[in-house]
Amino acid sequence: MSENNSFVRKEMISERIPPAADRGLLKWVRENLFSSAFNTIMTFISLWVIYSITIAVTPWFLNGVWDAKTVRECYDLLDGKSGACFAVLKERFPQLIYGFKYPSSEYWRPNIATVLLIVALAPILFRRLPRQLLIFTAVYPFLAFWLIWGGSILTSVSAFLGCAIAVICYRRFSSRSFAIAVLISLIAANVWWIIGGYIVDLNASFLSLKVVASRDMGGFMLNLLLGTIAVCLSIPLGIALALGRQSGMPIIKWICVVFIEFIRGVPLITLLFVANVILAFFFPPDTSIDLILRVLIMMTFFNAAYIAEVVRGGLAALSKGQYEAADSIGLDYTQSMRFIILPQALKISIPGIVNVSVGMLKDTTLVSIISMFDLVGMIRGPILSSTDWNGVYWELFGAAAAIFFVVCFSVSKYSQWLERQLETGKR
Amino acid sequence: MAEKLKLEVSDEVAIKIQSMNKWFGSFHVLRDIDLTVNRGERIVVCGPSGSGKSTLIRCINALEEHQTGQIIVDGTELTSDIKNIDRIRSEVGMCFQHFNLFPHLSILENCTLAPIWVRKIPKKEAEETAMHFLEKVKIPEQAEKYPGQLSGGQQQRVAIARSLCMRPRIMLFDEPTSALDPEMIKEVLDTMIELAEDGMTMICVTHEMGFARQVANRVIFMDDGQIVEQNEPEQFFNNPQSDRTKLFLSQILGH
Ligand SMILES: Nc1ncnc2c1ncn2[C@@H]1O[C@H](COP(=O)(O)OP(=O)(O)OP(=O)(O)O)[C@@H](O)[C@H]1O
Ligand SMILES: [Mg+2]
Repeated sequence: MSENNSFVRKEMISERIPPAADRGLLKWVRENLFSSAFNTIMTFISLWVIYSITIAVTPWFLNGVWDAKTVRECYDLLDGKSGACFAVLKERFPQLIYGFKYPSSEYWRPNIATVLLIVALAPILFRRLPRQLLIFTAVYPFLAFWLIWGGSILTSVSAFLGCAIAVICYRRFSSRSFAIAVLISLIAANVWWIIGGYIVDLNASFLSLKVVASRDMGGFMLNLLLGTIAVCLSIPLGIALALGRQSGMPIIKWICVVFIEFIRGVPLITLLFVANVILAFFFPPDTSIDLILRVLIMMTFFNAAYIAEVVRGGLAALSKGQYEAADSIGLDYTQSMRFIILPQALKISIPGIVNVSVGMLKDTTLVSIISMFDLVGMIRGPILSSTDWNGVYWELFGAAAAIFFVVCFSVSKYSQWLERQLETGKR
Repeated sequence: MAEKLKLEVSDEVAIKIQSMNKWFGSFHVLRDIDLTVNRGERIVVCGPSGSGKSTLIRCINALEEHQTGQIIVDGTELTSDIKNIDRIRSEVGMCFQHFNLFPHLSILENCTLAPIWVRKIPKKEAEETAMHFLEKVKIPEQAEKYPGQLSGGQQQRVAIARSLCMRPRIMLFDEPTSALDPEMIKEVLDTMIELAEDGMTMICVTHEMGFARQVANRVIFMDDGQIVEQNEPEQFFNNPQSDRTKLFLSQILGH
């Protein structure tokens, strides 16, 4: 037995490549497309479906007419062939993007605001960028307001200073007590805004841009505006609600629970109708609160309630040991939330938050139902009902879908990238 | 067996617990606990599972709230006052069975977070202190890694270093080695022995009887939420008085 089992290798075996069938594309095709009879049948059916769709759609695309004044001109040019009438996208491009009332001489303003939006978001989205950029991020909302709505820049400056004063007051007093600090900063900011209001009124024409009313906003710009603001505001609000729901103080806890459950139990459409007609009753009779603002409040609340639940899931996923370890090294509540609990809980919540927020971005098209002319509202209203472009559904809604797809897909790609970035090794 | 540590114990009281009681709902976990720990004492707490050992030491840094009686740590009584609690926690270090490192922070950040934000120490200085203690627990080369990349024994030593960075006057250990493989247990125990040699006041829940014999100056045996017996290690192991202690010792030393 022992002589049969003893063996000494004389020469080491050098590395060889695997057989052809186990390499590269061939291996992939065999394993993924033809691994079983069922799989093979499915592969052929899929190929056939893809083929038929391509055959049907390609000429429609290739024959597409880009230059025409009306839908009839389009059909004349097509001369009976199947083909798209993309001319509508070209001719109505400004309306699709800016709505039909935004003055065309002022289109540069939303354009600049959009470019600056990217600059402002960059330091939040990419941690590697220098932190000083955050200063611009803080200024951006006020700048964007001035650019899009117009009026004197002093309005924005005054609003910004009010917020800055509030932050400074909060910083100064926060070591004493959270409640006192919040109260003082609120009072200080409001006092400033009253004073600032007079100064602004006196110099109403200083660095003034043409005023564009909220009801004149439209097109994809309106979707982007509503979506961005609602998402940006609802993330902090949602986190606060999630923490409030966990709070040991019963009053805070119940306010948060009731808020979240109520908002989640009501369809967004209902909330938008409420924003449209009813919400005005809650404000003093002589103040007319802007419709966009009302819609924004509702969308923010709606999104925040969902985000709160997502974040709550993230908080629940952390082990009790993390809370205890944070406590045991002496961190107070704010510190342990800021450095230990939230970074981990939010990382777990990223897919959920992005899911909800992408949904919100798309749901901004619901405002077309309360007669606001966003991208879909423009298509359904002014464009399709005009005699020129009656019945060009596929091109218009296809374009709307494509625009939303590009935005939403980028957001979801970004979130996947972010998740990989935050990976620090599993236990 | 390594030689018994001979260390001085001062007369100064570090922790004083007086007729403390705690309930979980209607379940009476801790019953009339009286315990005084002097500065420099090394106390080992043992007892069967569910006897309330963890709960006892968690009460000392207010991770659990006690209902009646007094706990005085470093001259400050533990009440429900948050300021008091946070202060005591920053004076009392704690190590957990499952380490509870912060997985999203590097080892160095784990160690510097509390000194920077609680003690308000400049970042540079906090990092120096952290490196000092990481060297002490013999893993300075891991400072840039994340907890998930370390072995259990290394993680527990980081956890000890993280507590030490706050320069605590008292350390609590809750079964620091019971989630570890045998070869890692030794490295953690060695770290703890060094800590004892430096004169740290320690309360340690553990079933490592070798460690108890070598390091402890007092062993406390708990059962059913009460302190059943306490004695010097020699006496405790060689000459237990209570029947419950005898039974417990025969179970853990018997085989
Ligand atoms: N949060 C809690 N709520 C209710 N009961 C609890 C809680 N924590 C612990 N207990 C109970 O209190 C008793 C004492 O628990 P404790 O964790 O202190 O035991 P232990 O002596 O540390 O046991 P082990 O050796 O298993 O760690 C146990 O019966 C346990 O079930
Ligand atoms: Mg325990």
